[in-house]
Amino acid sequence: MKALRKFLDKKKPLFQKGGKFAKLQSSFEAFETFLYVPNITSHSGTHIKDAIDLKRTMSVVVLALIPALLFGIYNTGYQHFLSLGQTAEFMDICIYGLIEILPIIVVSYVVGLGIEFAFAQMRGHQVNEGFLVSGMLIPLIMPVGAPLWMVAVSTAFAVVIGKEVFGGTGMNIWNPALVARAFFFFAYPSKMSGDIVWIADKADSFSGATPLAHAASLADFEGGSGAATSIIEQHLSNSWDMFVGLIPGSIGETSTIAILIGAVILIASGIGSWKIMASVFVGGYTMGAIFNLVGANAYMELIPAWQHLIMGGFAFGAVFMATDPVSAAQTARGKIIYGFLIGFLAVLIRVMNAGFPEAMMLAILLMNTFAPLIDHYVIQGNVKRRLKRVKVNA
Amino acid sequence: MSEVKKIKKGLDIKLIGKAEKVLEKADRSETFAIKPTDFPGLTPKLKVKVDTEVKAGSALFFDKYRPEINFTSPVSGKVVAVNRGERRKILEVVIQADAAIQYQEFKKADPNSLSREEVKEEMLKSGLWAYVRQRPYDVIAKPQDTPKAIFVSAFDTAPLAADIDFLLEGEAEAFQAGLDALAKLTDGKVHLNINPNINQSKTFSDAKNVVVNQFTGIHPAGNVGVQIHELSPINKGDVVWVIRPQEILFIGRLFQNGTYDVSRKVALTGSEVKNPAYYSTILGGSVRNILKAQLKDDDKIRVISGNVLTGTQIPEDGFLGFYDSQITVIPEGDEYEFLGWALPGLKKFSMSKTFFSWLTPNKEYRLDANLHGEHRAFVMTGEYDKVLPMDVLPLQLIKSIMVEDIDQMEQLGIYEVAPEDLALCEFVCTSKINVQDLVRQGIDLMVKEMS
Repeated sequence: MKALRKFLDKKKPLFQKGGKFAKLQSSFEAFETFLYVPNITSHSGTHIKDAIDLKRTMSVVVLALIPALLFGIYNTGYQHFLSLGQTAEFMDICIYGLIEILPIIVVSYVVGLGIEFAFAQMRGHQVNEGFLVSGMLIPLIMPVGAPLWMVAVSTAFAVVIGKEVFGGTGMNIWNPALVARAFFFFAYPSKMSGDIVWIADKADSFSGATPLAHAASLADFEGGSGAATSIIEQHLSNSWDMFVGLIPGSIGETSTIAILIGAVILIASGIGSWKIMASVFVGGYTMGAIFNLVGANAYMELIPAWQHLIMGGFAFGAVFMATDPVSAAQTARGKIIYGFLIGFLAVLIRVMNAGFPEAMMLAILLMNTFAPLIDHYVIQGNVKRRLKRVKVNA
Repeated sequence: MSEVKKIKKGLDIKLIGKAEKVLEKADRSETFAIKPTDFPGLTPKLKVKVDTEVKAGSALFFDKYRPEINFTSPVSGKVVAVNRGERRKILEVVIQADAAIQYQEFKKADPNSLSREEVKEEMLKSGLWAYVRQRPYDVIAKPQDTPKAIFVSAFDTAPLAADIDFLLEGEAEAFQAGLDALAKLTDGKVHLNINPNINQSKTFSDAKNVVVNQFTGIHPAGNVGVQIHELSPINKGDVVWVIRPQEILFIGRLFQNGTYDVSRKVALTGSEVKNPAYYSTILGGSVRNILKAQLKDDDKIRVISGNVLTGTQIPEDGFLGFYDSQITVIPEGDEYEFLGWALPGLKKFSMSKTFFSWLTPNKEYRLDANLHGEHRAFVMTGEYDKVLPMDVLPLQLIKSIMVEDIDQMEQLGIYEVAPEDLALCEFVCTSKINVQDLVRQGIDLMVKEMS
């Protein structure tokens, strides 16, 4: 590795102020710091520093996403062959899935990182690591049938409008990956709902709607409870499949097990907030239970509260989206309130509005917007406690 | 004795190179220096010129805005240099020491028999006042104030910190005399905060004229700011004073002997020291003779006066800081590390469990001054809260300092914190933000706006 270091040291002056390629300094630095942790030492404050940096943090999150990704690859192939009524070898399934999914990932990273580099260059900033995670999150919340150019446009929208206009990594108010998905959802609705987009090249006769869509259809179902039960039995009864993830849905969102493995990695490493994750699930369960109690129609009555937690993007949102530290609430107590409301609202929107069966995205974006408000009240609580102390002492 | 208060939030950073409790000998240093930069917010006015002869206890400079506060020479000898930095800022006043120290004479008296004004006057004249610091703001106390209490932390939980029991060994009388003098300065109490696991000597438990409080727990449990927060938090308008046990000795000696005797023990610590141990020296002494023959010679090193979290970098022939009882030597670490952010990291220390070193929790580390990353905007949240055992929201406080929102700073607790209390926040920061500098900036702004 000495030779590589020597090479970099030799080329470095070219990219520094006054050098031939000074305009490409950010890009050079991005590659250099990717290869080598830089030799910067502390000059004021603490002399030693925790070994963690943003690159490590982000790569741990990417690592936590790998189980969901791998399962997504398998499930894509599995759903494809299932819809055709064919049986296929494990390897064939995986290879088919990989061929479908890899281009989406490549497009997401190439477009996103390209824009990030361009912005860093323009501003003379260093390239931040934020997109390492967003670039993986975006493919995982896309339907497998999403046309690549739409993925590219959504990603570009997310990076520019969702992040760079606010100042880049750490400054955004919404989760960039969800901005991509929201853009996709509202710009190309036909590619994000219905039953054709969730399974790659499926047979026409096969219903490819997600369990959530089936469930939502129960809301205004007018066939008597016997017929409703048959829909449930046909499409929703296999909770185990929903938990494992062998159902149609966005690429990385279907398998609750794979997502929970990611959750364990995030919580154990101290990167993801367990407070947010837990309270999202509690919030979702609470709203589901309330609906079960009220039971106005077949949807509210017959879908048990816990099933909401394994359907659609609920678990994925709870573990990977709601926990984004930049757009989430930042105070400890705020995180609990924020998480609870996400779960609560997600199930509320899901059940009450058949137009948005996948309500997790909306719930998180909504709470992203309100996170600073929640923090504000938590901070005011702290301030009040302090002021009260004065009176006690006096 | 009172109940034991346990500090749960925080972080112990285990480093290689803890000083063994033996007192080693080193040649006495030839030069001594007092550095005005050790006193935040001070504007020094010189009283001496190069070539002026001074005695131990003669004033070298004073505070321009509070001329009664003197800063005096630790030894007798000749002023050989006044080193200045940018814009002629005074960095060091250097004294070449005589072979035998001649002391300026001060009044010798039992502090219990003196009035508050007399104690104050003696301390101001002799230069001992500079050891008395106040909260809020963590600056030298205003002599005209009467604090609501005085706090003394008798243990230090910082990495590789000196053992204060050992520093005070055999000087219980001077210590008691110093406490008696302090007790005169407040209408409230003198709180002596000990850790029953660390402070085994009778010097503290038998101390009179004070309230002894007990604390245990991980760093920053030994920070006096944290202890004040537990015992009697500072509100707007409150003033409390703090002083360290090592410095109470100096006060005691002044009243016992009538001399400004600031000889002290220091711990020489750190992974790059051959035999970490304690040394006798005098305040402001050059560290050259102590380091001589003690440095491992394979790496570029960094010498720190103080500990790795709050100390100041000094050259290998630099001078001990005014408030420091510790010299730490660590590797400089200005090297590139190939894919360092991606490797398993068994030799790296991190509060997060993203490096596999969490499998060996009791390991001692050889950490260097590398940032292990680059400066970034705030991304992670909740990190600071884990290491600050106060009812203060550190992230929000830092942000309010960044935008210079004075009302918000006040509401979020700027009066309660000193930079050292947030040193661990800076250590664990993923985005490598200079938290202590920011706290000091915030404090400076408050001082400017509130006075």
